[in-house]
Amino acid sequence: MSASGQTPGGNADPAQPAPAHTAAPPRAMPGHGEAHRHVLVAIVLNKPGVLNRVASLMRARNFNIETLAVSHTDQPEVSRMTITLRGDDVAVEQAAKQLYRLIDVLKVQDVTSDPTVEHEIALIKVRADERNRGEVLTIAEMYKTKVVDLAAESLIVEATGTESEVDALIALLRGFGIKELVRSGTVVMSRGAGSIEEAVKR
Amino acid sequence: MGSKGDDARAIGTAREGGSRSTAAASATGGTPAVAVPAGRERINHMPGAGTARAEAISAGRREMLNDAHRNEIKTLAERGLRRPRIGADAVCESLLRQGVDVWFGYPGGVVLPLYDVLGDYPELRHILVRHEQGAAHAADGYARATGEVGVCLGTSGPGATNLVTGIGNAMLDSIPMVAITGNVVASLLGKDAFQEIDITGITLPCTKHNYLVRDANDIPRVFAEAFHIARTGRPGPVHIDLTKDALMGVCSAEHPETLDLPGFKPTLEGNFRQVKLAAAEIARAKRPVILAGHGVLISDATEELRELAEKAQIPVAHTLLGVSAMDETHPLSLGFVGMHGWKHVNKAIQSADLLIALGMRFDDRVTGHVPTFAPYARIIHVDIDPAEIGKNVAVEIPIVGDVKRVLTALLPQVQPVTAAERADYLHEIAEWRAESEKAPWHGAGAWRNGQLSADFVVCKIGEASGHDATIVADVGQNQMWTARYAGFRRPKSHISSGGLGTMGFGLPAAMGAAIGRPDKETWAIVGDGGLQMTVQELMTLVQDQIPVKIALLDNHKLGMVRQWQELVYAGNYHSSHLLGPDWCKLAEAYGMPGFRAETPEEVEGAIAAARAVNGPALVHFVIAEQQNVYPMMPAGKGLSDLLEEQFEEPKQ
Repeated sequence: MSASGQTPGGNADPAQPAPAHTAAPPRAMPGHGEAHRHVLVAIVLNKPGVLNRVASLMRARNFNIETLAVSHTDQPEVSRMTITLRGDDVAVEQAAKQLYRLIDVLKVQDVTSDPTVEHEIALIKVRADERNRGEVLTIAEMYKTKVVDLAAESLIVEATGTESEVDALIALLRGFGIKELVRSGTVVMSRGAGSIEEAVKR
Repeated sequence: MGSKGDDARAIGTAREGGSRSTAAASATGGTPAVAVPAGRERINHMPGAGTARAEAISAGRREMLNDAHRNEIKTLAERGLRRPRIGADAVCESLLRQGVDVWFGYPGGVVLPLYDVLGDYPELRHILVRHEQGAAHAADGYARATGEVGVCLGTSGPGATNLVTGIGNAMLDSIPMVAITGNVVASLLGKDAFQEIDITGITLPCTKHNYLVRDANDIPRVFAEAFHIARTGRPGPVHIDLTKDALMGVCSAEHPETLDLPGFKPTLEGNFRQVKLAAAEIARAKRPVILAGHGVLISDATEELRELAEKAQIPVAHTLLGVSAMDETHPLSLGFVGMHGWKHVNKAIQSADLLIALGMRFDDRVTGHVPTFAPYARIIHVDIDPAEIGKNVAVEIPIVGDVKRVLTALLPQVQPVTAAERADYLHEIAEWRAESEKAPWHGAGAWRNGQLSADFVVCKIGEASGHDATIVADVGQNQMWTARYAGFRRPKSHISSGGLGTMGFGLPAAMGAAIGRPDKETWAIVGDGGLQMTVQELMTLVQDQIPVKIALLDNHKLGMVRQWQELVYAGNYHSSHLLGPDWCKLAEAYGMPGFRAETPEEVEGAIAAARAVNGPALVHFVIAEQQNVYPMMPAGKGLSDLLEEQFEEPKQ
């Protein structure tokens, strides 16, 4: 909760009596810091409507979800969400706390600065005929992707990697013409023996 | 996970990603996923029966139900009935088990199965309101006056949407409430059937939790959970939508003995280290101020608040909803803070070196412009909801916990301070106070040109009722005058729509408060704008003989709108002048006596006449049209930038 980088306001008001103690600490506005990308992992009950609750809350609280991936876990009663969003540290902490208020949310972790494995999958349908197919295939190979469908005028590249790796590949393929693109959104898991599922507030 | 279908799609994507990730991990030297090796059990994180942890969990789940009243409920057979037990019976049994004795509702097509069995449960008093919004506000007022869960009911479609304003009001003010709606039979859900609306979709963002129940056998569990959620931790409204077939279906499910809510574990005890830090801050402070909010009343911590104030000689300011948390005649009680708060209170906050914020959320009407709020103060913030910490104002010492428990832990650690040690500080505030209480006071009863002054009326109502009545305000100028001048001494005697600011709240909420506390006199102080929003509930008062006394402060204006137009919009009075009926005739037409006061001399007589009525009564106070509430903090400004009343004739 430290106040940082904000102009101290009001403490120059001469109408106010001099306070007993020293200079006024600056009163920062929460959520006005530098925004960057955050990755949240949420363990939620596997019940109807939970996705709606999470999405609705993020919208109502003025957070913009960039990607959201939901799946079962090894325990049938809980699901796992990976949410990426942009905001400053205080705002994202606030988002996590608001998520905790949902009865169906068991655990939320901001793993942005943790050592993690982070991946997403993309399927990219690229325009490619016999003249440039070789070129596309070379790029696909250099990026360790897999070609999963091949037709006379197009092929589908299946790529996995971090968001920025996939971004880079897409930028390269755009030159050939992308007919269709789908991305799963990031999924992430912390490295090491620790487990968010084991840490669930049971 | 909107439905099973959604689930499958979402999971399909993620599963694909998962398996590819494994392949990628092996390519980069990671370990691919393998089958569990022989001799090693797959870890099940849900503890099995018989272990110590499992027992602790089940004990905790049993405890969750201990806050319910657990009344012994007669079965249908014991009631001499030979029909099958249906969902509607389970609803009534659940309400009785939770200690509900009164609820507010309005029947309609799909909830008729419920009304069909209601006659078999004479212990449940059903108040028929005239509009569902009235039901929700009445349940809200009941909950605020008693601390118990308020219950309201509407049918599907319009009945349900009419409840929403009241549910939102309860959400913003953390009021324990269970709102029940009916819905069309499950097979018609999503088919735009007659009076069908996606009400759980609508209430989702304005409830603490909500349920859609399609099976009668889910009713006992859902109601037990709903009441627990509504009243535990930071209270709030819980909405239950029951399909018609859930109400009509045979219910064989027993009421649960335990609850399983793994995602709902409010923190009640404050962190020991933080409490210790707080005590050290208090010991160091030279100009501390306590900011008492609604949480103090909700957690019944008024005694602890007084002890803390007295032990360390700390003056106490109230938020709007914290009014009545401390007897206002107590020498350390300052009054209420914020946009229309007392000037001396705002000054005390602005010059404080320590704010002890208890059960409040730094609403924008309390802080004003945040960068200039309490610029010299370090802040201790106690709140049961972790999401409130650091939401609006960055604080130095956050403590998550129930105010009562935190104060109980804190009190022994607080170093006693004598009044003499704080003499200079308290004397300075007392001087400010004398000045600020004198300035806008129309104690002689007249504002300008001898017109009746609203603050005088409110003050006389407080005096006449011995400062012991439950006083319910509406929203707007009347609300601010009530909070400032009625003089509150008893906890929970002040009821006001603080967060949502719902005009029309006053009358129906007073109805609920009067039913909840029949031992106390109940006044609704309302404006002519707000009363015309829910005026239909006058008939409910008459039909059920609910003894609410209504003080109508009639200035033929939407007063607060007019005030802003005068002060902020250069006197462009558009749509703030409104006519009303002949109020005394209207009251009589509804079947209650109406009294009228136009001059200061008539005020006490009219109040006495209304108090003498055995049942509801209305007093029509014709007050000055152009009187404003002062001081006022203009929007976007801070607590040091208060506008004060100018003693000159207005131009209008």
